Amino acid sequence: MQHSRGAPGQPRTVAYLYLAPALLVFGCFMAWPLLRAVWLSLFEWDGLSVGTWVGLGNYVDVLTDPQLRAPFVHSLVLVVFFSALPIVAGMVLAGLMSRARLRGSGFFRTVIFLPQVVAMVVVAIAWRDIYAPEGSINDALSAVGLDGLARAWLGEPSFALMAVGLVGTWVGTGLCMVLFLAGLAKVPRELYESATLDGAGPLRQFLAVGLPALRGELAVAMTLTLVAALRTFDLVYVMTDGGPGRSTRVPSYEVYRWSLEEGKVGYGVTIALLLTAAILLLTIGINRVAEGDRR
Amino acid sequence: MTSTAERAASYLVLGLAAVLALYPMLLILVTALSPDQVGASGGLHVENFGTAWEQGNFGTYVKNSVLVSAAVVLLSAALASLAGYAFGTMQFRGSSVLFYLLLLGLMVPSEAVVIPLYYDLKSLNLTDSYFSLVFPQVAQSLAFGTFWMRAYFRSASREVVEAARVDGAGHGRIFWSILLPMGRPALMTMVLLVFMWTWNEFLLPLVMITDESLRTAPLGLSNFQGQYTSGTALLAAGAVLVALPVVVVFLFTQRHFIRGMVEGAVKG
Repeated sequence: MQHSRGAPGQPRTVAYLYLAPALLVFGCFMAWPLLRAVWLSLFEWDGLSVGTWVGLGNYVDVLTDPQLRAPFVHSLVLVVFFSALPIVAGMVLAGLMSRARLRGSGFFRTVIFLPQVVAMVVVAIAWRDIYAPEGSINDALSAVGLDGLARAWLGEPSFALMAVGLVGTWVGTGLCMVLFLAGLAKVPRELYESATLDGAGPLRQFLAVGLPALRGELAVAMTLTLVAALRTFDLVYVMTDGGPGRSTRVPSYEVYRWSLEEGKVGYGVTIALLLTAAILLLTIGINRVAEGDRR
Repeated sequence: MTSTAERAASYLVLGLAAVLALYPMLLILVTALSPDQVGASGGLHVENFGTAWEQGNFGTYVKNSVLVSAAVVLLSAALASLAGYAFGTMQFRGSSVLFYLLLLGLMVPSEAVVIPLYYDLKSLNLTDSYFSLVFPQVAQSLAFGTFWMRAYFRSASREVVEAARVDGAGHGRIFWSILLPMGRPALMTMVLLVFMWTWNEFLLPLVMITDESLRTAPLGLSNFQGQYTSGTALLAAGAVLVALPVVVVFLFTQRHFIRGMVEGAVKG
């Protein structure tokens, strides 16, 4: 019997029988609605009456109208907080933990990862309290005599988006740390030891030995956190409702608002598809670069 | 190889990170145990959980979440195992095309499908039902699940399968009596992740459900907080009830959880 790698047995038509239930559900509730989304994006439709064909008009509007485009700009701000900061923080924490072989590292890993499993709605409610005018942050500021800096963090357009972003940092750091820990665990200890003998300090050791080993994990961390940043919805819906003003409107929130509150389904669906395209391009792009580097 | 000073500094940084990670959660827990009414006596007010469960309707919300999560987990595990078995152990025309189609589902965000689904299901009178919560989430979990189970079936010992085949076992028995029992760890990891995603899902119930008696835990919590402007003890107690099941499951099975999130993502 000849076997190709990974597939024992002869070609089997029974395979389709095993696949059928999954493909049926996937087709009806994923593939079909996605095609419907593309179709709906070509119409101006209020969700009730008959829609009007507008071709690519919705796409032109979303990409050119500053008000429609603003949520995508807000996403870029969130990327800094959801992606860049957790990756840096996660790397520092993973570096510390894997280097010193600390006691209790299991405890730290569990606790720092914990925010990742708490429902976002709960996270949002907790942080709303922290950012409230009478909340922990203002308490802490006045405790050190900085009352002047205290403010309603979610009530001011210039701070609300960053305040939401910082929650993303809080959620994402543990995930990045765990990914990097897994990557660092694969580095042979002798490499560190020889770096020590060469007289490299902790930071130089990490940059020379640890970081190069983390290429793959870095790509994964970037992909996951970027997608999380672009898809932020629960936090905004619960913490700010897009406000104050329009300052925290982000794409996912706009999908919901245009489609179900404003009666402009075409805009909502178009934003959803552009978001999907951005996620696909980023995911594929990051993985291409990571794999290219590995070769 | 590391000095005492360096260890102390490491502990300091890690300790600070741990405190920051825990603080918001402890704040909610402390608020949940504080008096609900101004002027009530001090001490721990454990009865807030009972009040939230009964009067805050969190009992209903949690029940809905349990039902929906159980259905999504069972269906996803069954369908993903069957599909993963086919992809992992059989040759057939179109296998790679179908596999890449499923992989696409791993990247498509639910935002893109939830709006068309809402209008389609509404025209079929299927919104405001468990159906509208279960099947879209099964579809969303299938991409990861199939991918994950395929990896397991591919890695499963070839000798065991060949030996069983020589003994006359068909593809059904090899799947059900041999490979699936051996794959319990892989299946377990997938079940835990799908449970967490389903329990915490917010956008889909928000769009699909208007009937209060069908709200899931996160949706019920969000509506509850919309009725009160500031953080009350009952809101916090509700938040604890919503978060607790996943947190407890995570604490007992964290090796599975973390393995799934790390390996699943790396393979993806």
